[in-house]
Amino acid sequence: MSAAPPAALADPMLPAPWRVRAVRRETADVVTLDLVPLASGVPCFAPGQFNMIYAYGVGEVPVSLSGDPADRSCFVHTVRAVGEVSAAIAGAAPGSVLGLRGPFGSAWPVDAAAGHDLLIVAGGLGLAPLRPAIYRVLARSERFGRIAVLYGGRGPAELLFRDELAVWGARADVTVAVTVDHADPSWHGHVGVVPALIGQIGFDPPNTVALLCGPEVMLRFTATALRAAGVAAERIHLSMERNMKCAIGLCGHCQFGPDFVCQDGPVLRYDRIAARLAVREI
Amino acid sequence: METLERLLLGHEFLAGIDPALGRRLVGCARNLRFAPGEYLFREGGPADEFYLIREGRVALELHAPARPPIVIESLGGGEMVGASWLVPPYRWGFDARATADTRVFGLDAHCLRGKCDADHHLGYEMMRRLLPVMVRRMQAARQQMLDVYGHPPA
Repeated sequence: MSAAPPAALADPMLPAPWRVRAVRRETADVVTLDLVPLASGVPCFAPGQFNMIYAYGVGEVPVSLSGDPADRSCFVHTVRAVGEVSAAIAGAAPGSVLGLRGPFGSAWPVDAAAGHDLLIVAGGLGLAPLRPAIYRVLARSERFGRIAVLYGGRGPAELLFRDELAVWGARADVTVAVTVDHADPSWHGHVGVVPALIGQIGFDPPNTVALLCGPEVMLRFTATALRAAGVAAERIHLSMERNMKCAIGLCGHCQFGPDFVCQDGPVLRYDRIAARLAVREI
Repeated sequence: METLERLLLGHEFLAGIDPALGRRLVGCARNLRFAPGEYLFREGGPADEFYLIREGRVALELHAPARPPIVIESLGGGEMVGASWLVPPYRWGFDARATADTRVFGLDAHCLRGKCDADHHLGYEMMRRLLPVMVRRMQAARQQMLDVYGHPPA
């Protein structure tokens, strides 16, 4: 089950110091940080992978990479202040230093999706781990069939990357559909759940690859809707979230049946995990 | 009338209906147009018409004191609006407001209920089409109620 840790990491358990180069506020409780290493170059990463970020003296949490994998000038992470550690990371000021280990985990099968229609379905903060895949796809969109980005959020004020969604939506080679759970009448977009968007997008289900990231409930309902539409289970890929600690498949905190989410995931194929998603005790 | 029949039977909600049954609905139907901001109906009002959206956009809204209306769902072309016309006391449970130029078929509820009562094949056909939509919307409402994108409780 265990693969070797990333070759670039001499000691994958040792956080390296990275400086916060810039901070962008996305929503009331979500920020995006640009991080640069103090002592080395910026490693390569694959869309879907994550780093362990350490707020010194507070704690360490996994955070997906949310930047462009082609940009080797920094790592970009989008963090929501939920608990003590994530609040400390989200509150890091430009110039401050955080510890970082990674990148870890499996990746979105972007290259394997070439030649297929591609549905990228995100809910809430789940757009952040999918954004690197979107960058990579849109950099060479001619490799794919129809491309659609479906995004659902709690309300208009909680949507991430609104400027980029508008830019992507203006392109001829991608369809962008955004929905929110609730809104006031000043919102002129769609209101409803993400699976409801699936029926509004033109795609060829037997020839479609779907990438899903968001709260687990949203993943379950979206995967079910995709299956009902005729998308093969083995072509649906989900990014799972569990309690990751070591990030290298040693400690077992993130064990999800036979998988360690930190190492075999976070991106997992739906046909392999569908039965486990229904097991509440896992 | 011929045009209305062709258009009505071509609506997604009635896709594949036996034309003989579908034709029975035509006499209940009329074309309507709503400008942005116009209400199809208001909460508490008589649910005397069943709407099939041809094109445009309709927001379903709930009102509460001391806060702006809440949009709970938005619907577009090919979708139907509301089922209160079928359930006594036939009063709408929310507002429906056009948010774009919207064209709909309005089917008179008295006419429709009468025909469904008189012809159970037609009634069953309507139920078969309404129920999946209602179940899908109920499931969606439950997902929205979960507030999955909010903070998990501490």
